[in-house]
Amino acid sequence: MASDAHGTPLGADAAEHGHGAGLAHHFDSYEQQKDSATLGMWTFLVTEILFFGGLFAAYGVYRSLYPEAFRASSHTLSIQLGTFNTVVLIASSLTMALAVRGGQTGKGKLAAALLVLTLILGSVFLVVKGFEYHEKFVEHHVPGASFHFEGPDALHAQLFFSLYFLMTGLHALHMVIGIVLVGYVAERAWGGAYTSENHNFLEGTGLYWHFVDLVWIFLFPLLYLIGRH
Amino acid sequence: MTSATNPDGSPRVHYLNAAYGLKSWLLTRDHKRIALLYLVSVSVFFALGGLMAVLIRMELVTPEGDLFQPDIYNRLFTMHGVLMIFFFLIPGVPAVLGNFLIPLMIGARDLAFPRINLLSWYLYSIGGLFTLWALLHGGVDTGWTFYTPLSTNYVNTSVITVGVGIFIAGFSSILTGLNFVVTIHRMRAPGLTWFRLPLFVWSAYATSIIQILGTPVIAIAILLVAAERTLHIGIFDPKLGGDPILFQHLFWFYSHPAVYIMILPSMGVVSELVATFSRKPIFGYKFVAFASIGIAVLGFLVWGHHMFVSGQSIYAGVIFSVLSMLVAVPSAIKVFNWTATLYKGSISWDTPMLYALGFIGLFTIGGLTGVMLATLGIDAHVHDTYFIIAHFHYIMVGGAIMGYLGGLHFWWPKITGRMYPLFWSKLSAIVIFIGFNVTFFPQFILGYLGMPRRYHSYPPEFQVLNVMSSAGATVLGLGYLMPLVYFIWSMRYGPKAPSNPWGATGLEWQTTSPPPVENFLTQPIVAGPPYTYPAPKRAPEVTVGV
Amino acid sequence: MPAHVQPLKVYFGVFLALMAFTALTVSAAFVNLGPANTFVALGIAAAKATLVILYFMHVKGNTKLVPVVILSGLFFLFLLFLFLAADYGTRGWLGVPGR
Repeated sequence: MASDAHGTPLGADAAEHGHGAGLAHHFDSYEQQKDSATLGMWTFLVTEILFFGGLFAAYGVYRSLYPEAFRASSHTLSIQLGTFNTVVLIASSLTMALAVRGGQTGKGKLAAALLVLTLILGSVFLVVKGFEYHEKFVEHHVPGASFHFEGPDALHAQLFFSLYFLMTGLHALHMVIGIVLVGYVAERAWGGAYTSENHNFLEGTGLYWHFVDLVWIFLFPLLYLIGRH
Repeated sequence: MTSATNPDGSPRVHYLNAAYGLKSWLLTRDHKRIALLYLVSVSVFFALGGLMAVLIRMELVTPEGDLFQPDIYNRLFTMHGVLMIFFFLIPGVPAVLGNFLIPLMIGARDLAFPRINLLSWYLYSIGGLFTLWALLHGGVDTGWTFYTPLSTNYVNTSVITVGVGIFIAGFSSILTGLNFVVTIHRMRAPGLTWFRLPLFVWSAYATSIIQILGTPVIAIAILLVAAERTLHIGIFDPKLGGDPILFQHLFWFYSHPAVYIMILPSMGVVSELVATFSRKPIFGYKFVAFASIGIAVLGFLVWGHHMFVSGQSIYAGVIFSVLSMLVAVPSAIKVFNWTATLYKGSISWDTPMLYALGFIGLFTIGGLTGVMLATLGIDAHVHDTYFIIAHFHYIMVGGAIMGYLGGLHFWWPKITGRMYPLFWSKLSAIVIFIGFNVTFFPQFILGYLGMPRRYHSYPPEFQVLNVMSSAGATVLGLGYLMPLVYFIWSMRYGPKAPSNPWGATGLEWQTTSPPPVENFLTQPIVAGPPYTYPAPKRAPEVTVGV
Repeated sequence: MPAHVQPLKVYFGVFLALMAFTALTVSAAFVNLGPANTFVALGIAAAKATLVILYFMHVKGNTKLVPVVILSGLFFLFLLFLFLAADYGTRGWLGVPGR
């Protein structure tokens, strides 16, 4: 999102205005540029909140209509793997936050190393998720012609699994995009592209990564933790 | 002194002649050039959507369904709606006039994210190409609303292709809104406080809020429809436990506020025009400004009025009915304040003003019939009839497009540095106003008599009114062709426009026509409120007549 | 800007709190609280989210506009939920099928 405010090559424009390195021609100061980037990224994240929000709304409607089917379906998910992934993702948020701090303090190499760590943790999450998906395929819990569920309300259990795959799938897609972004930013950070004045792209990527973590923080209890007692 | 030369007589460099060649346009990051890219693309979609309308009105000249097969007719009105709404009206005023004007009006060199601005035009174009591709492969026949389970389980047309097109264009709309919000917050000139902003900027801001908050929800609704068609899951399929009405909720959560994406920017345009051509500050500036925000917020509370007869809970229907009537309050504030501004104003009848006055009258009719339709009992009676069609065309065509054309005529000298012919442009405003009313007023009567929408044949007793409507559509179509011709003509042969042909206030008139690449040669500083009329009389050397 | 850099202990403290909340929410799921289970789970998730937003995403110490943007987004999402509840919650009241 913040790509405009970041790393704009020092063109003729910047020179004409007597602008410093990395300050785009239409901004007056680093502060204005940074505030714009932050506000832009948050505005984008608000659209993401409503994007996922539509799915959460569908989930809420059907869970309130068919609580038993949702409870029975939720019990087939592995709470161990879900918890493990939650821990992994929160850890990746920590490394991301520390990477952004590295950018703030001008330590590019440290930031790059922490970003690589973030990327690895994100990949671990996806691999575990892949194992969970595989298990669902084996158990015929994937909605469609071959869907089979031993439970009180198989019809509506299928709705749960449709929502499960849509929500976690959309989340995983965001993770993949995040991993690509983090890889790109790590390379730039290693090359010293981010200064303590302008590390807006790094900061924006961090916000995106934390947002993906936030979505999972809500998905985890809603999908895995229904009526475990 | 004309604005084509510098004081020393050398040719002046402005955004149009700063660089030449296709590449300088397709890779531009100048908001003014991107606005022109949008102008060309939305005009293409407007023409295509208009062509569909022509074909629809041709079919409806006779009661028998003799020109098209029913399934072709279904595709015609669906594609008419899709093209006009998603590819003309929603990007229309914001992406063309908003893009051009917002940085100029707030004294900035560009939007906050110029590259994202260009990206948003490309996304719009890609979305449009998907839709055109679908059109060539037969289009869609579900109606522009894509109601489930028709769209998911029954039709065999390009639902997914058009859905992808709308999804991508939706991203473009989000990015435009995001860019405007950040720009208006962060890039205002020194001294330009919120209550010194032109009302067009306020309405663009309110529009952006809707684009940002609403669009993601229709994106997810479309995604679910596509998933349901390809993966055969049943989120909206009653056979599989789903609820089709949930789709309508998600769809209208965006698509009702989307009506305000179309009308709010035009309201902003009208505020500018009424003040300029009455030579008076807008009556109740703050009320008009907050009315924009009020409409944007209330717009999210009323979507259920599209679903009164859908099987939604009757209690929810009652709530939605009452809330819908509330939207009339900020809308009426605007109309009353424009009228009060006209009162004892020194009114001049220039072309933009004719469009603005047309807007006020037609929007009022559209708005008042909207209050009728918000009433549960009346809606149950006229639901899915031509009454609805007439109502929303009074808002979207009589309102939004009149405002759009008024704005284009107002700022055309600024955009191109040329004047258009006065006589022909005034004539076009009058022809469009008459043609519009002859087209759509009979449809109110038809609807009230019970003619349903979306059928290619009708009982013979409705023929007289339908022929009137089709005749009006011909006049309307000619009216729309006129600006197309004289605008293109003016770019080459029109007289040079001065910096401020209308004697208007506002920062955009303080720079040259067309503006320099970075909009202003020196950073403007704002010291007072907007619309400080009486402004100096219009520049004496102006020759607007041709 | 070095002025806005948070001390390292804030990051690690928030991380530990998030871990504790995760343990808490998993344990709470195994205790029968009736309908309150859902609210406890969502409340803990909201607390975790608040920590991430305030400290990892630097909303604390940023301009006041950012919280306004976030809260307005959440408010409109709340409107979506609210009116969906108004529909689905009252569907059966009339006792007439389809109304």
